[in-house]
Amino acid sequence: MSEQTTAAPAPGRAAGFIKDNLREYGMLLSLLAIVIFFQVVTGGTLLRPLNLTNLVLQNSYIVIMALGMLLVIITGHIDLSVGSVAGFVGALAAVMIVRWQLPFVPAAIACLIIGGLIGAAQGYWVAYFKIPSFIVTLAGMLVFKGLMIAVLGGASVGPFPPTFQKLSSGFIPEALTQTGGLYLTSLILGLVVAAIIVYSNFTSRARHLKHGVETEPQSLFIAKNVLAFAIIGYLAYLIASHRGMPNVLIIMAALIAFYAFVTNRTIVGRQVYAVGGNEKAAKLSGIKTERLTFFTFVNMGVLAALAGLIFAARLNTATPKAGLGFELDVIAACFIGGASAYGGVGRVGGAVIGAFIMGVMNNGMSIVGIGIDYQQVIKGLVLLGAVCIDVYNQRR
Amino acid sequence: METMRNLKDSPQAASNAPILEMRGISKSFGAVKALSDVSFSVAPGEIHALVGENGAGKSTLMKVLSGVYPHGSYGGSIVYDGEERRFRDINDSEALGIIIIHQELALIPLMSIAENIFLGNAPARFGVIDRSAVHTRAKALLAKVGLSEAPDTLVTNIGVGKQQLVEIAKALSKEVRLLILDEPTASLNEQDSAALLALLKEFRTQGITSILISHKLNEIKDVADKITVLRDGRTVATLDCHAGEVEEDDIIRKMVDRDLESRYPKRTPDIGDVILKVTDWSAYHPQHSDRQMVKNVAFELRKGEIVGIAGLMGAGRTEFAMSLFGKSYGRNISGSVEINGKPVDVSTVDRAIAAGLAYVTEDRKHLGLLLAEDVRKNVSLANLPGVAERGLIDDMRELSVANDYRARMRIRSHNVYQETGKLSGGNQQKVVLSKWLFTDPHVLILDEPTRGIDVGAKYEIYSIINELAASGKGVVFISSEMPELIGMCDRIVVMHEGAFVGEVAGEQATQENIMRAIMRHKRRPE
Repeated sequence: MSEQTTAAPAPGRAAGFIKDNLREYGMLLSLLAIVIFFQVVTGGTLLRPLNLTNLVLQNSYIVIMALGMLLVIITGHIDLSVGSVAGFVGALAAVMIVRWQLPFVPAAIACLIIGGLIGAAQGYWVAYFKIPSFIVTLAGMLVFKGLMIAVLGGASVGPFPPTFQKLSSGFIPEALTQTGGLYLTSLILGLVVAAIIVYSNFTSRARHLKHGVETEPQSLFIAKNVLAFAIIGYLAYLIASHRGMPNVLIIMAALIAFYAFVTNRTIVGRQVYAVGGNEKAAKLSGIKTERLTFFTFVNMGVLAALAGLIFAARLNTATPKAGLGFELDVIAACFIGGASAYGGVGRVGGAVIGAFIMGVMNNGMSIVGIGIDYQQVIKGLVLLGAVCIDVYNQRR
Repeated sequence: METMRNLKDSPQAASNAPILEMRGISKSFGAVKALSDVSFSVAPGEIHALVGENGAGKSTLMKVLSGVYPHGSYGGSIVYDGEERRFRDINDSEALGIIIIHQELALIPLMSIAENIFLGNAPARFGVIDRSAVHTRAKALLAKVGLSEAPDTLVTNIGVGKQQLVEIAKALSKEVRLLILDEPTASLNEQDSAALLALLKEFRTQGITSILISHKLNEIKDVADKITVLRDGRTVATLDCHAGEVEEDDIIRKMVDRDLESRYPKRTPDIGDVILKVTDWSAYHPQHSDRQMVKNVAFELRKGEIVGIAGLMGAGRTEFAMSLFGKSYGRNISGSVEINGKPVDVSTVDRAIAAGLAYVTEDRKHLGLLLAEDVRKNVSLANLPGVAERGLIDDMRELSVANDYRARMRIRSHNVYQETGKLSGGNQQKVVLSKWLFTDPHVLILDEPTRGIDVGAKYEIYSIINELAASGKGVVFISSEMPELIGMCDRIVVMHEGAFVGEVAGEQATQENIMRAIMRHKRRPE
């Protein structure tokens, strides 16, 4: 069969390959389409440097939680408590830092550990007692929402000291001189990252070709890399022309890279997919399915805590309404990004794209002036539509 | 020929027009012929037993009769009550009073007896269930089958024997004329079995016809008027129990007689030292902790040896294998395991794998494969460190491993990137075998390795098993198909009700003496 594919006429190959891998490209193309659409409709406001930076800041915590949620969903579970946990941890941080005057670093570490413990507490029931995660985390959602209000005593606590605010509203220091309104360090960093991505794509392709593995056609591959480099470079240029890279973008990018690596390349990542694909078969193949499920929840708890810190830092106060409804955006991001509700399927890249599709739509619709009411309607329909298209493609 | 003679000998068949006549029934699944030209005739008011090995076609024939396989999906014709019938589904046959009770009971555990009896046809007015009518009618039906339980008792709270009777009460509620029972006594104790059989005899006096599928020949001899023997999807004989004494040995011979020469690849066994030794192995049911499913089993396997485990369904073969493999079945497991003379820890699956055990499950779709993943990821699954360096998977090494096994096992797929869910049963099984071979085990436990696989692929699997034995591994071969065990194994142990009850050397093994070992044990009161 592989001979057939290679023997196909050259011009048709690229198109055929895109068609075969529609799922992978489809999401990226839809994000691109949505960006272009709002760029036009908002008269260019969407991609203004200021707005782009805001877009990153607004969505960072959703993206970070989506990384943890993706693993939970891949194992075949769900976590409804992440919004409450993020809000609760933000409240704890406010109490520790503002009321007790604890320094930023130990307070942040304590918050992440508490997030992990919360994840462990919920994961324990799901993994070892086989209680449906929907129920356990629904309970967690109520518990931690209540605890958040109790911790805050019903009132907002703030403001935070400047060191803590830097977590989300800070920018990386400018090492080089700033020329013509451009933050050069940020621009160079962006270009270096783009170059690394392109370079690793090339080495991986070379390795595949060496082992005789069928890969995408060269024309398509080159086009894809040129485009990727151009887009990342352009975005870096835009960000560099405002105030440079936000700290939170660096954190987010590092986490995305880390989780992409773990899911694609490591034994643990492979085992997570196996648990979601067929838990019984995975167990009979020697995989410690319970432990793995447990740790996906611990991981989710830590990431929810991190998101809670970033959100609190961004608002500069901990409010009793923090984290409200985050879980819905996070879960929607994963499903729009192609994760399967039955488990075993989903990619980090997809979840990140899903989060940005939601983010760009939020941002774009706000700029255009669509009310919060119809924003929700449209977002809901997009979620349903995205999953329907995905299911339809699978059935073909 | 035998069929003809026996039918002629029967006075009943001559005097009574049959209530049911199945003529020249054929049914294929893909290339596999499950039934070929089966004729089967039942006189009104008789108890007609249907016997044969697992896979002989008994259940398939009953599914054809009850409309599970609709008209058009099989060849031949069904005449019931003097008319040719073309059932489209099970509702059609039920409407005419043909009710089948399957081996796995179809009751809903958390509903009451009465609700179960009238499930789907409750007495109702304007869609509202008439609860008092349900109650009184259920009570009357329960009395008929000899149950004194209150109709609102939950099904989960009564024993299996009584559940079986509830199923029959449910059949009676539908005004049954032809009752089909598929191994009704398989999971019942002596007392419950006797009660059930007495009930069948009583039905006979009321003019209800019964077809009884069973492996328990002594019971059949007790109640049946006629016995039809199926073998390899064909009717071998119909014996009349009233035309003289029917010998069990005669039935067994008719059930199993078959040519075994060319179906199994030739092999010269080269048997070495003891590779696996299991002592005093016991396991209890995971839910009912008082039911001992594996009873103090002792087992030895040598290098290069293929040992079969024979037994009826529910004999405890899979339970034994899975409890051994990382305590994957049961609780309160006790006993000791040695591999190559050294005691090993098999308390979790990964330890069992590390100790050199591999278990190929009987249910490859649900327990063996990641159906949505490709061949490559399935092959490496049980030994990911074997394709990784410090926790990182080397995808090229994984690829070459998968390609290697694909070639060695002759897995027919487009390439190793094809989803395993899209492969045929035989090729799926080869993927599962590849997965376990890649863990480099000392001992392979194969549980029904050829189930649902066509004849050609079976031969390939047999060849692979022979190669494994030749390479010095020990193979445990669990199968319900006795010819396969006889054709493949150096030694066959017979398991019954959780215990090893006999052993037959390969060259002396015949289906008759294996069957006899089981049946002998069955008759012995415990």
